[in-house]
Amino acid sequence: MVDGLRAYGLIAVMWMRSTMTYRASFAMTAFGNFVGNSFDFVVILVMFAHVETLGGYTLPEIALLYGAAGTAFGLADLAMGSMDRLGRRVRDGTLDTLLVRPASVLAQVAADRFALRRLGRITQGLLVLGYALFALDIAWTPLKAALVPVMVVSGAAIFASLFVAGAAFQFVAQDAAEVQNSFTYGGNTLLQYPPTLFAKDLVRGVTFVVPLAFVNWLPALYVLGRPYPLDLPRALAFAPPFVAAVCCALAGIAWRAGLRSYRSTGS
Amino acid sequence: MRLYAVVLAGGFRRYATYRIATAAGAFTNTVFGFIMAYTYIALWDERPHLGGYDLPQALTYVWLGQALLMTCAMMGGGFEDELIERIRTGDIAIDLYRPVDLQLWWLAGDLGRAGFHLLGRGIVPMLCGAFAFDLALPGSPLIWPAFLLSVVLGVVVSFAVRYLVALSAFWLMDGAGVLQITWLAGLFFSGMLLPLTLFPGFLGELALVLPWSALLQVPADVFLGKHTGWALAEAYAFQAGWAVALLGAGRLLQSAATRRVVVQGG
Repeated sequence: MVDGLRAYGLIAVMWMRSTMTYRASFAMTAFGNFVGNSFDFVVILVMFAHVETLGGYTLPEIALLYGAAGTAFGLADLAMGSMDRLGRRVRDGTLDTLLVRPASVLAQVAADRFALRRLGRITQGLLVLGYALFALDIAWTPLKAALVPVMVVSGAAIFASLFVAGAAFQFVAQDAAEVQNSFTYGGNTLLQYPPTLFAKDLVRGVTFVVPLAFVNWLPALYVLGRPYPLDLPRALAFAPPFVAAVCCALAGIAWRAGLRSYRSTGS
Repeated sequence: MRLYAVVLAGGFRRYATYRIATAAGAFTNTVFGFIMAYTYIALWDERPHLGGYDLPQALTYVWLGQALLMTCAMMGGGFEDELIERIRTGDIAIDLYRPVDLQLWWLAGDLGRAGFHLLGRGIVPMLCGAFAFDLALPGSPLIWPAFLLSVVLGVVVSFAVRYLVALSAFWLMDGAGVLQITWLAGLFFSGMLLPLTLFPGFLGELALVLPWSALLQVPADVFLGKHTGWALAEAYAFQAGWAVALLGAGRLLQSAATRRVVVQGG
């Protein structure tokens, strides 16, 4: 574990140095990353140019959901976003190179092409989250205040475990990288909107099957004092750290199973 | 002419090789289609007839967007990465002394790619959407060929934009920045995120006359029966006009670029 983190750190620093060789290019791609993600929020702003509430939620309330999901996803994307290249590595056989190195394969795959430009996404998420916290009129309690950072960090861990589980799936599927996008990018898009928009079965699915609801919906609805979907107990607002821990453990098991089943292309 | 037909078929077959990737992509389009459809339902619930569409039409627009996303390469992902790479490495020199027209060659390949994506990544999401939601499917069978022609024109406009972008690599060498700007503009101004008729004020007027509206907004409106008779001819003229203008600009840039080519080494 410690060795893995050390390897991850070393590889990430190497990629950062390489990125910083072309500073102008880095600045442009980071800005592009920022603008690209802002379009999602521009869409919400255009929607609110036509309506007062969406699914019963006001703009600052949706901004809280959006900012929390966006920041959590941005953190996971920065740390683990390279995992979706695994399928390609399995296909072209370059994964073999990583297997013979004396470092954690997971750390090597995750840190590969570490993309600092993804800070653009995190910045954008934090700005919207900041706007939400500024614009919302919330009766803050210490518990609610503590829940906001906990929500972002646990949410990032839940998304990160999805990236790892998706990569583990690619040991089997090889060129199905896009399925992973459905859960990571798709999950992020879904969580930007309140649960009242979606069909009950979909909300059930992202609560009990793929626990995306714990990324932001359940803790944020507690902070907002909003009713819960599916009549869930309000105590679940504090479940995200535990859900995140379980997700990470399960993703770790899936990753090991995937790696063990790996047969090189033999070329 | 026969040669370009072969290139077109090759473009089709090339993408048809990746069956699992295509299935995975169609799955992703379907998931995003569902998420967007629910947000549109909430929006049209508050404001029926927003942007001139009723709810079934708005939902149809969502699924058409998912079906055409790859066909019209609104987020990029066609030939342009390869062309930029050939320009960067100098392989373009080999292409230039081939007895074919460079622009037509890549256009034929891209039309083949688009044809495959229309079938491989268009039909499944559209069927799922039609199954799960009440869509406004064309009443008249004549709308289907009219829609297809509009899609073809949209693909040509999309190609022409991406060809210009790829040629910029002759001057810039690194295509990452312009490619990123291109797919951002494509995503936003094609109407992929929201119908362009919902954009407020000047932004809306501008978006409707930019070439990207030929990629989704115009074909979707043809499908929804918004353009009939002369209006349909005008819609085609708009798409074809941009296609001709951008392809022409591509020709000019191409001749300027090829005068710049310096073949290194022997």
